[in-house]
Amino acid sequence: MEILLASAVGILTACGIYLILRQRTFPVIIGLSLLSYAVNLFLFATGRLALNQPPILNKYADVSYTDPLPQALVLTAIVISFGMTAVVVMIALSSYLSARDDGINMTDKGGEDA
Amino acid sequence: MNHWIIAPIVLPAVVAPFIIMVMRFHRDLQRVFSVASVVALNIIALVLLTSAMDGTISVYELGNWPAPFGIILVLDRLSAMMVMLTTVLALAVVLYAIGSGWDTRGRHFHALFQFQLMGVLGAFLTGDAFNLFVFFEVLLIASYGLMIHGGGTTRLRAGVQYVVYNLLGSSLFLIALGTLYSVTGTLNMADLAVRVAELPVEDTALLRVGAVLLLLVFAIKAAVLPLHFWLPASYANAPMPVAALFAIMSKVGAYAILRMYTLVFGPGVAITDGLVGTWLLPAALLTLAVGSFGILGSRNLARLVAFGAITSMGTLLIAISLFTPQATAAALYYAIHSTFTAALLFLIADLVLERRGGALVPTPPMAQSGLIATLFFVGAIAMAGMPPLSGFVGKLLVMDAARASAHVWAIWAVILTTSLITILGLSRAGSILFWKPHDASMAPFPRPEDEEDAADKDPLLAPEPVPGLAFVPVFALIAALVALTVLAGPVMRYTEATAAQLFAPSDYIETVLQRPGS
Repeated sequence: MEILLASAVGILTACGIYLILRQRTFPVIIGLSLLSYAVNLFLFATGRLALNQPPILNKYADVSYTDPLPQALVLTAIVISFGMTAVVVMIALSSYLSARDDGINMTDKGGEDA
Repeated sequence: MNHWIIAPIVLPAVVAPFIIMVMRFHRDLQRVFSVASVVALNIIALVLLTSAMDGTISVYELGNWPAPFGIILVLDRLSAMMVMLTTVLALAVVLYAIGSGWDTRGRHFHALFQFQLMGVLGAFLTGDAFNLFVFFEVLLIASYGLMIHGGGTTRLRAGVQYVVYNLLGSSLFLIALGTLYSVTGTLNMADLAVRVAELPVEDTALLRVGAVLLLLVFAIKAAVLPLHFWLPASYANAPMPVAALFAIMSKVGAYAILRMYTLVFGPGVAITDGLVGTWLLPAALLTLAVGSFGILGSRNLARLVAFGAITSMGTLLIAISLFTPQATAAALYYAIHSTFTAALLFLIADLVLERRGGALVPTPPMAQSGLIATLFFVGAIAMAGMPPLSGFVGKLLVMDAARASAHVWAIWAVILTTSLITILGLSRAGSILFWKPHDASMAPFPRPEDEEDAADKDPLLAPEPVPGLAFVPVFALIAALVALTVLAGPVMRYTEATAAQLFAPSDYIETVLQRPGS
């Protein structure tokens, strides 16, 4: 399971960074989303990996529980990255509609070789 | 508990939605409420400053949860000073935005402005590392809106780059926080400090990774050299009053570096001893050098001022990277000075841009050329650190503090040389802007072809004559700089006390974790 999670984080990050380095806004936004998934998985793992354990301390039975804080952090991070993705999509759209070009670069020629 | 501490966050958080929902079609009401809110924030900041001045550290526990478990706000000398600085700057900027009519060139300026203030003030007041991330996001998401306020193709392009870069920074921030949490099991800054000091040095590779990642994140915000390249494009293409407000945003990065690396990974902690200063000092020196070359090489006034902002961050971070109480006191003084100076020059740049465009090529004389030339001259003196104004005092303090450092010659050489280059760059810009137009041998002038001003040629966005109100905040900022020079003694006593408080973090930790004050 450690291997699975670690490679998932690694592959998502690698793909995300590759896509962010593209010259058009669409792949860049996809790359940012992939990166935020990688971050969420990573945050989730900071509470140690545990299977079938509730994130709640039970005071009537002595069952083991998993750390609830990373789950709360992941929830916050998901909400924020969701909102941020919406914002960046809107800004990229208006930039595209205004310039008639999906490029990231400031010069007009940028983006053609992406 | 002292409820004043949360007021700087709650007030803008209430006013902003109120502006959006109740008065979205009433421009004058929006202006009244926005200014009233900022004035109220100034009063609150003054109250907080007086309560923190005697060295008390007050803690505000959100939801009354005790410290390591709940989120807390902490008010100490440093927070109070930064809150005061932000609110004073915000007042000048909001008055300028109203006076110049910038707030009417797009929608929701005032609401976004309030949200931006909420994020900045929250970042200064929070005592929790994850909450710091949340407030960073609040201030960033508001800054995205402000950055593209007014629209225009170039500005939107620059906006996309700015957003993407900052989203990357946010991801990095989360990774850094996750790493710290996985090692220490806490995100409360005071609790982090305790746990980090307790960890054995042998198995802390992960913690060091976290510390460096966190430094990287703050360096992005503070525009330190290898990570600075978002700043010129963003600030130069943002509306100038917004760029003036952004002058405090890079200070948020500097503040976070100062806070985390004195409290959590302080100079006494064996694990990260020398780790931060070693990397930060050369980066800050390079930042200063590149910034001054940027001033010399800019062909556009807005870019020139943006590079000026980079040089001031360079000087500030040189002082911070020394991590001695004396250098930190100097850094805090310079932070106040550089915030006002960068904002002042951005506002003056806007006065110029409204009249003739930003390109540094000779054009016919603009309206009120003499007055603006005088203002630019004063601003340039402050930026370059020439004697009459506080920039000189600030640079002198930084250089004096660097005397104890092993790298004193490098620091002195870079600061002095870049000051000279900055003076050259600013005088070149000033003479092109204000003298060449009066040179009889140069007439007639062709109208400059400046594609970046295409938006201004749109009839809807045609520049209106700037009324007198726009000059009030500019003069107010100059007055603030003069006051900072005249009152350098009291201000330095305060920053020295602040530095002393920062370098004795046990007070902070005990106050936060044992809640005696509530």
